[in-house]
Amino acid sequence: MIELRDLHKAFGDNQVLRGVNLTVPKGESMVIIGGSGTGKSVTLKCILGLVPPDSGTITVGGKDVRKTDRDAFLARFGMLFQGGALFDSLPVWQNVAFRLLRGSLKRPRNEAHEIAVEKLRRVGLKPEVAGKFPAELSGGMQKRVGLARAICADPDIIFFDEPTTGLDPIMAGVINELIREIVVEMGATAMTITHDMSSVRAIADKVAMLHDGVIQWSGPVSEMDDSGDPYLDQFIHGRADGPIESVR
Amino acid sequence: MTLTRPIAAIGHNVLSLLASIGRVSIFAARAVSHLFRPPFYGREFLHALVQIGWLSLPVVGLTALFTGGALALQIYAGGARFSAEAVVPSIVAIGMARELGPVLGGLMVAARVASSIAAELGTMKVTEQIDALVTLSTNPMKYLTVPRMLAATLAVPLLVAVGDSIGILGGYVVGVTRLDFNAAAYLKNTVDFLEFWDVASGLVKGAAFGFIVALMGCYYGMNSGRGAQGVGRATKAAVVSASVLILAANYILTEVFFSA
Repeated sequence: MIELRDLHKAFGDNQVLRGVNLTVPKGESMVIIGGSGTGKSVTLKCILGLVPPDSGTITVGGKDVRKTDRDAFLARFGMLFQGGALFDSLPVWQNVAFRLLRGSLKRPRNEAHEIAVEKLRRVGLKPEVAGKFPAELSGGMQKRVGLARAICADPDIIFFDEPTTGLDPIMAGVINELIREIVVEMGATAMTITHDMSSVRAIADKVAMLHDGVIQWSGPVSEMDDSGDPYLDQFIHGRADGPIESVR
Repeated sequence: MTLTRPIAAIGHNVLSLLASIGRVSIFAARAVSHLFRPPFYGREFLHALVQIGWLSLPVVGLTALFTGGALALQIYAGGARFSAEAVVPSIVAIGMARELGPVLGGLMVAARVASSIAAELGTMKVTEQIDALVTLSTNPMKYLTVPRMLAATLAVPLLVAVGDSIGILGGYVVGVTRLDFNAAAYLKNTVDFLEFWDVASGLVKGAAFGFIVALMGCYYGMNSGRGAQGVGRATKAAVVSASVLILAANYILTEVFFSA
């Protein structure tokens, strides 16, 4: 279980998180929605330790993330980055098996290669892709490789940062389905941040809306359309008029 | 109010310069401390060694060749005023080994390597590859910075040694073909006047310059701003600061090694 309590984070004068409280039960898929600049990515980065929060607590499995062994903590995570964040200088299979080629999870090179090819197959890519470099792949293929890398070490927790950004609707649907299948199949806890409402409906068990630095609404995805929350209603219907200010 | 504004601006600039020096020093200390703590990334070190050392050979070699030739012509012309043309071989050798080999080699490596390291790491930062490394339980300082800094500190003295030899060769070719020196006498003069410390001091300078080049490239790359403009700015800052620091370090090391 991931638990955030009263999380605050500011960058200079810009107070991004103003007391985020959120609980993600084990094995559940939580999707965080919200406008650009509301702190969705910052929240994920705080959990991963990429950005230190100013105050508040983050616990994973009941343990404060700042007091646990960092390597062991990160070994439980997989993350799909918005732009893929694949390493240009490494072939696809080494990107996928990066964690298996070094550190505490190190395996023999042949074994790591086999696992990488298997994970690529799991996300719908042929073994021939393994030897290519990221720059030789399309955006959709890069997302799949990023997904394969996120699941390569069978993590307990997977984060997805804008998984369908920049993809055509069909490819976005494919990625959404893959994420859902993989999360269910692995029994992993998932946190996704997205603007894409079709992703929300495809991936989420629960939804949390982040607005003005706090969780404005959270609940099961099935209750999202009838929440009665004016902020959530405006966001999911994409209306310009409502309590959320839009810059024109 | 108007009178104090320029003073405030000077104070602000001085403080930000001191803060920058502090940040670079902390970065360097962290990088050096990681040199002695596992894990070590041998493959990345070898890759950096090839990129920084082997692939810089042509540019350093050509620079040294032309510099050695020009130096021979200048010393011959200058020496003629005092009927001291015979000093060409020894001055070329000493000048290349003590000063021009390490300084020009360092500056050429700064242009080629500091820019490429800063651009590569800056792009990695902008595209979240450095964040991805962290999530994959890999310390970016160990994986990206330490191999490059170690490789540059070891490779640049070797480049300087090669550059010294090629520079002296350049002087020899010009001396023999253009200035009518006897080939055997030119070589004998070069060997007789060149001392061990002339060469060794240049190699020590090379190691210091290599460290500076990689430090600046890594520091500005890892702290690059967002977008293409941020990477461009980081690249420019890396080359400029590496070049200025090389020249400053050269003066300090020369004072330390050769002041009477």
